[in-house]
Amino acid sequence: MTTVHHHEYDVVIVGAGGAGMRAAIESAPHAKTAVITKLYPTRSHTGAAQGGMAAALANVEEDSWEWHTFDTVKGGDYLVDQDAAEILAREAIDAIIDLENMGLPFNRTPDGKIDQRRFGGHTRDHGKAPVRRACYAADRTGHMILQTLFQNCTKLGVEFYNEFYVLDLVLTEEKGKTRTSGVVAYELSTGDIHVFNATSVIFATGGFGKMFKTTSNAHTLTGDGVGIVWRKGIPLEDMEFFQFHPTGLAGLGILLTEGARGEGAILRNASGERFMERYAPTIKDLAPRDIISRCMVQEVAEGRGAGPNKDYVLLDCTHLGAEVLETKLPDITEFARTYLGVDPVTEPVPVMPTAHYAMGGIPTTTDAEVLLNNTTVIPGLYAAGECACVSVHGSNRLGTNSLLDINVFGKRAGRNAAAYANKAKRPALPKGTETFVVELIEKMRTADGSENVAAIRKELQLEMDRNAQVFRTEESLSHAQKIIEGLRKRYEKVGIHDRGQRFNTDLLEAIELGFLLDLAEVVVVSARNRKESRGGHMRDDFPDRDDKKYMKHTMAYKKGEKIALDWKPVVITNYPPMERKY
Amino acid sequence: MPELGVVQSFTVTFIVRRFNPETDQEPYWQDFDVDMYSTDRVLDGLHKIKWEQDGSLSFRRSCAHGICGSDAMRINGRNRLACKTLIKDLDISKPVYVEAIKGLPLEKDLIVDMEPFFAAYREVQPFLQSTSTPDKENIQSPEQRARFDDTTKCILCAACTTSCPVFWTDGQYFGPAAIVAAHRFIFDSRDEAAQVRLDILNSKEGVWRCRTTFNCTEACPRGIEITKAISEVKQATISGVRR
Repeated sequence: MTTVHHHEYDVVIVGAGGAGMRAAIESAPHAKTAVITKLYPTRSHTGAAQGGMAAALANVEEDSWEWHTFDTVKGGDYLVDQDAAEILAREAIDAIIDLENMGLPFNRTPDGKIDQRRFGGHTRDHGKAPVRRACYAADRTGHMILQTLFQNCTKLGVEFYNEFYVLDLVLTEEKGKTRTSGVVAYELSTGDIHVFNATSVIFATGGFGKMFKTTSNAHTLTGDGVGIVWRKGIPLEDMEFFQFHPTGLAGLGILLTEGARGEGAILRNASGERFMERYAPTIKDLAPRDIISRCMVQEVAEGRGAGPNKDYVLLDCTHLGAEVLETKLPDITEFARTYLGVDPVTEPVPVMPTAHYAMGGIPTTTDAEVLLNNTTVIPGLYAAGECACVSVHGSNRLGTNSLLDINVFGKRAGRNAAAYANKAKRPALPKGTETFVVELIEKMRTADGSENVAAIRKELQLEMDRNAQVFRTEESLSHAQKIIEGLRKRYEKVGIHDRGQRFNTDLLEAIELGFLLDLAEVVVVSARNRKESRGGHMRDDFPDRDDKKYMKHTMAYKKGEKIALDWKPVVITNYPPMERKY
Repeated sequence: MPELGVVQSFTVTFIVRRFNPETDQEPYWQDFDVDMYSTDRVLDGLHKIKWEQDGSLSFRRSCAHGICGSDAMRINGRNRLACKTLIKDLDISKPVYVEAIKGLPLEKDLIVDMEPFFAAYREVQPFLQSTSTPDKENIQSPEQRARFDDTTKCILCAACTTSCPVFWTDGQYFGPAAIVAAHRFIFDSRDEAAQVRLDILNSKEGVWRCRTTFNCTEACPRGIEITKAISEVKQATISGVRR
């Protein structure tokens, strides 16, 4: 017999990474707030972000938030909603000051201000030259943001439900309108079910990079929040756009920050050539990530890769000197030493692109409200961070704009969720709210089918790497879709070993796989439908950007077991689409 | 340059300390033979057991590259992160022993209750306290910033605290990680509550319980000089804070 607990809050936040905790800091002083998180907050993947957070502080050279807006729009290959990008760039400055005042230990300039470094795609005066815009704390900026936000949540006494896995969003029909009334969670340590009745709900659940084999993402990034929303009939926006970060440790995918190139590191092919000079003559190794990743794959495909199998390129940091590496890039220096046995001080490091970041996700307004379609918001439901699509990143996110996104839109989500909760009445929960989750857990806990969760997941990851990575074609994508359909059938027949109630991580992984399979299908179907190349979505069979047909966001809807695709207009304010050259 | 294309696998025996609170009275050791590569991590071995042999084996993990702090465990008697311990750095002619970190209540297999650890952390007021509310950044020189750099690296994995013999015998002791958290603020030029934290740590269960065994420093996967940080806090309780 499953034990069910009931809770009531004004605001419930799902996820305790950067966006979730930034929201909590904004919401908790004004409304009764709970943060529900699958992991202890400090385990969240915000902590793995390295290089920096962009803001036009102009501490070390001339800069303006308008230039930052332009770079963000151009970096996203013009699929960015320009009103959102303007908010991102303008509010970046306060977001950095907030964090500094909360205690974040940024690196400092000689006169004691926050230091700034170069990063890909961030330029002076609309593309003239790289600009120092990324505020940083060595190469552990994400770690320091996560710690600082956790410290401030501790200061405010924010209520955390650690290792509680949210598995359902409760929507209520009120006068013919859909609104949110809470969430249902599974408590990992006991197996109990918890129903949270809430006036506002914020999803801040991160990405889903684990659908790929080679990824910088944590094992836990399985798209749970995005998957829950999808299953409730809420659309997903621009899911075909996934970022492959150029510098993952070869064969492993562990991230080496773009900040290395910001400090002067150079990409070389087998013959030692600085190949980015050929592709992006103005900003070279500091071109945006989508461009660099494509060039790397092309170098390898054309036989200029390094190593015994000629299957990677080299990140050369040797000219930076031991001091820069030890003081400004200590963590990545250690990663290369630990995991590849390569010392970046004396040897170039083998790298290849690694699945890094979902540009798409849950569609929201610039106030972080979740959209039910192109125009209607769901009252009380918010999303922020990687799980959301505002869209500030368009078809390719610039480095350092994600740490910025979680702070700007996390804050907006928290503020708006609290304000809504303070004026709206808490909706009653429908009868049998917990039934779906109770049954899902029981079914999976007793599942004794012949299929193995790890085997299905491994095949999904391999096929996604093969068919839906940096280069895609109709052939590769339709193949991937067929494979995923087959895997979904096999998933219905999985069996697990652990029949226990307590810390059943076997059960947890089985449920996570279900979300990965659902979302992989949305990614692939959306990608097949976009017959052009733009930002992170490169179609070998349609190599050009096609603004006439595709200057619009994809909106995918779940219709029974089918996926229906629609479009949403891009918001263009000041920057008419131009050819994207660097 | 590593020969990424050349690989050879071999069998590693893991002996894992198991405990299922729903069925077991006492923990017990269980052997698993796993096919591994020298560049694999202990975490890969645990995953292979879980994914191919026994799905009930329970442990925490997330980032898998030493930054999230989920998978601190005792590997061959030493506290380490499973994702930062490579097979090639272990003597695999002998079995690899893996068990939960010590001194915190055992929940299941390699999972312990982290709540007492975080309670100690919260007690030292681990957040910046400043009465000045500038609408711009505080000024801090690179030298002032460097003063507390080492202790900002902490990922709260508990490898230090649960390697400390004082903590094993007295769970009330704040433990190295909480002192590291306090140090990070005590020596931050922007903070105004150093004395409050020093008073907290000057108590019976505070810094003076430290016997300078250096276990914590050796256990820290982030390379923080923890024993030195504790000594600096001890010194500050006597002669005040020098930033």
